Amino acid sequence: MEPFRVLPRLDDKNEFFWTSGRDGRLRFLCCGDCEYFIHPPSPVCPRCWSRAVGPRPVSGQATLHSFTVNHQRWSPDIDQPYVIGLVQLAEQEDLRLTTNIVNVAVEDVSIGMGVRVTFEDHDPIFVPLFEPAA
Amino acid sequence: MSDHFEHRAVISGIGQSDVGRRLHRTDLDLTIEASLEAIADAGLAVRDIDGISTYPGAGGGPAGFAGPGTPEVQDALRLSVNWHRGGIEGPAQMSAVIDAAMAVACGLARHVLVYRTVTEASAQGGGGRQGIGTGVPQIGGAQQWTIPFRAYSAACWLALNANRHFAVYGTTREQLGMIPVNQRKNAALNPKAVYTDPMSLDDYLSARMITTPFGLFDCDAPVDGSTAFVVSTADYAPDAPRPAARFEAVGTALRGRPSWDQFDDMTTMAARDAAASMWERTNLTPADVDVAELYDGFSFLTLCWLESLGFCRVGEAGPFLEGGTRIALDGELPVNTHGGQLSAGRLHGFGHIHEAVVQLRGEGGDRQVKKSVDVVAVANGGGPIAGCMVLTRAR
Repeated sequence: MEPFRVLPRLDDKNEFFWTSGRDGRLRFLCCGDCEYFIHPPSPVCPRCWSRAVGPRPVSGQATLHSFTVNHQRWSPDIDQPYVIGLVQLAEQEDLRLTTNIVNVAVEDVSIGMGVRVTFEDHDPIFVPLFEPAA
Repeated sequence: MSDHFEHRAVISGIGQSDVGRRLHRTDLDLTIEASLEAIADAGLAVRDIDGISTYPGAGGGPAGFAGPGTPEVQDALRLSVNWHRGGIEGPAQMSAVIDAAMAVACGLARHVLVYRTVTEASAQGGGGRQGIGTGVPQIGGAQQWTIPFRAYSAACWLALNANRHFAVYGTTREQLGMIPVNQRKNAALNPKAVYTDPMSLDDYLSARMITTPFGLFDCDAPVDGSTAFVVSTADYAPDAPRPAARFEAVGTALRGRPSWDQFDDMTTMAARDAAASMWERTNLTPADVDVAELYDGFSFLTLCWLESLGFCRVGEAGPFLEGGTRIALDGELPVNTHGGQLSAGRLHGFGHIHEAVVQLRGEGGDRQVKKSVDVVAVANGGGPIAGCMVLTRAR
């Protein structure tokens, strides 16, 4: 049993993203014309205004852009401390996700470290978390 | 530059209710206290008010956040208005003030009552600081990108900005801590401040951690209180009993992405854009500013505004803050002279505007800056939310 997590409410815009991890792959919307990744999901490419956008798998490799070690007990059902991270996906410099950094001691987390995606199963939702790549 | 709309409006009156940690008074009661004080301070009668504006409007947010909406206040005072608005989207809390100045400049109203009321201390008094999104099973909208990762507070979101700043520029907690330490000194001179006990840098560093690099004293203190202004047409300024404050320039831009975690440069935030747009509207420069009242929902936001507004170069706020002498009441740039939200209490941006007018009028009492105060910079907001202005004395 995974610890409590507030889950996203699925809708037509976000369902592909939050259910993507069922096959172990992370997906973002990508422009079919100029190959630009778009996040959060939007029906238009913000670079070339193409409407030909659709989900595309990424490698799941990323770099830790920033993080914080949370000690505050915002909610009674979660143990502290835990790490909130902001990762930059390998595919595109401005493709970022706020996430949790897991499977690592808090003191071993550092900005710039390589991380890779791992999913927490809340079927049908698979929450993308990140762990050290090596 | 005299054709800028903000030159056709002034702040003619200011008012503030009691401010405290557990007042247990209604938000409407506090609002009326502040509003009547502001209207009297402007030398006006209630029936002279012909516009009303607030941030954020009724409902929404954590308990005690919103305060009463304009319909409730309008009806309580039986105002007959030609213009009215309330809303949370815009250049931070001061969007309610900037919109009022626009309405006056456009001739839609002559005297607009503007207020911001919080009862977060009483409303959240049963437990700790309330997180956003806790206790709900599912979350949609923009918060689906943060809350599922247990980033339950703006503290968590902005800690990402702060740690990035620390990593890129070598900023330290000892440097950041000079903001809360200095403000506690200022708060001790403010009769309305909620936290006035002396606080050393060691006290700051040894306080419990909230979310790195933010300790307890990097986070503002929820209070109950209301702040109100009368924004009037500039031609009223000579008739106002107290010196009116001129809007020299306002800053409203948001040129980066409107997002907490997708903003292009995590070390700068939207403050960069609002500040740039403000300086584009005036011949004044940062060197002309006598006092700065810079939003401090978290200490790091004040640091960010110091850089964005050009009081030091980007990345150099850490050394600028070192030792705290520059930002002290007798320093080259006194900052948050009332104690700010960290020590005086979280009046959510409006406390900073109120203090700016107090300092321009020379009414700060023990905390009045001793040098002549002719130009004050005011900033509100953090993350993707930012607005700022330069106020000067009308006469």
